[in-house]
Amino acid sequence: MSHLMVENLNLYYGKMHALKDITVAIPDHQITAIIGPSGCGKSSLLKSFNRLIDLTDNTRVTGKVLLDGQNIYETGLDLAAIRKKMGLLLQTPWPLPMSIFENVAYGLRIHHVAKRRELKEKVEYYLRRAGLWDEVKDRLHRPASALSKGQQQRLALARGLAVEPEIILADEATSALDPLSSKKIEELFTELKSVYSIVIVTHILRQARRIADYVLFMYMGELVEHGPADKIFKDPKDPRTKAYVIGEIS
Amino acid sequence: MIRRIEENVFKFLMLISTLIVFLGVAGLLFVVMIKGVPVMSWEMISHCPSGGDLMGAKPGILNAITGTLIIGFGATFLATLASLPVIVFIHGYAHRKIWVSIVRFALDLLWGIPSIVYGVLGFMVMLFFRMKASLLAGMITVALLEFPIAARGMDEVIRLVPKALKETAFAIGSTRAETTMKVILKQALPGILTALLIAFGRGVGDAASVLLTTGYSEDLPTSFTDPVATLPLAIFQQLGSPYPEVQVRAYASALVLTIIILIISISTRYLMRRFESKHVGG
Repeated sequence: MSHLMVENLNLYYGKMHALKDITVAIPDHQITAIIGPSGCGKSSLLKSFNRLIDLTDNTRVTGKVLLDGQNIYETGLDLAAIRKKMGLLLQTPWPLPMSIFENVAYGLRIHHVAKRRELKEKVEYYLRRAGLWDEVKDRLHRPASALSKGQQQRLALARGLAVEPEIILADEATSALDPLSSKKIEELFTELKSVYSIVIVTHILRQARRIADYVLFMYMGELVEHGPADKIFKDPKDPRTKAYVIGEIS
Repeated sequence: MIRRIEENVFKFLMLISTLIVFLGVAGLLFVVMIKGVPVMSWEMISHCPSGGDLMGAKPGILNAITGTLIIGFGATFLATLASLPVIVFIHGYAHRKIWVSIVRFALDLLWGIPSIVYGVLGFMVMLFFRMKASLLAGMITVALLEFPIAARGMDEVIRLVPKALKETAFAIGSTRAETTMKVILKQALPGILTALLIAFGRGVGDAASVLLTTGYSEDLPTSFTDPVATLPLAIFQQLGSPYPEVQVRAYASALVLTIIILIISISTRYLMRRFESKHVGG
């Protein structure tokens, strides 16, 4: 059984039916890519994994998202504890309004993960994990907003890893970055998948081909097809998937 | 060709409106300084009036300066205490848009109410509690006047905080309180301070709300229940005096009021900048 399973998930924005009866198991320790044309519900699906969708007004969800067997849409759950199990990278990284050090320490503090004297070591550990330590070790107490976008995205990764999640969610996490920075993020994902399950949303097919092990193809709110990356890209069953992967629809 | 003319017309209009703002401020400062500086003296600023100043005796506005400063800071403090929970509610806790709209609408209405109405309200509340006109009554009335300005101002700057930042904070597993207090308010801090500055400026410059509530005294206040003079009222009284040499003192008082607002505005911005470069980053 995977960490993350979706059963008959439906999402409505007001009257719009944005996700239609989605059932899928996200494989552990692999990179899963959600692909599909703009507006097909990729990001909505990703955001319903950690209930960030709750922040959007006027949404209604039916069905289940099971995280380690627990349906996260049950009422009365500790949302903070659920979200802590999933690190999130957004399209544009937003550093918290504090120093580089504090950005990583923030999660450790609010979840009391680290004792005071361990804090420094942990921050260093996660900055190294995100491949950022060497670039920032001399200016840890400078504002994080002074970093480049690529560095900010890796800082966001370090910040997400610091709360010790099981899953990393990434919503178009490289599309606002320069080619070199996005290559770094891709390499990090490949490196980290032995420890975490990674789910990325991407509109860059080549990226999905490069790093994904498992692929979900979505079209107009429907999960059309899912399976190992090789199979989806080389031998898609559904004509819509085929049209998308050869570039007929985008 | 037409597009070039269009471009130039708009440039011209922009120039005009900039000039209006600039000349407005410069003209105001100019008049106040031309008339105020010659009669301003250290004597005047550092002494309380010793009786009969409105009839031409030795001038003194220390009582008014003190009253204005205490009321200004006190009222802004009270207004901050009152408005922070409101905006934390709007931005962190309100589940239904309708509540947010109702709160905003109410604040907009309050903003539009003339300050003399706040004065009357303060006066009636004062009478109800059998209080005399006093520093405290004035402070509370001015706080009421400042409250919608502070709250709505903060609300607008917090609306500018990107949704992605909120999502980021929640995604790490922050609670609503942590997200609002540690991330959103902090990100919006410069704007929040600006909103409070605007409220402070409105508060210390307003005559109508203190007219009925603070009373007047030639002495420095010794407690919150003492009546106290304020600069706007001092200006009002000085201008109303039949003696021309007293009337010009109003300009000196106005200059003092302007300088107070200027000093507070500039020092807040300076402190903010230092804070930002150290902790937050622009």
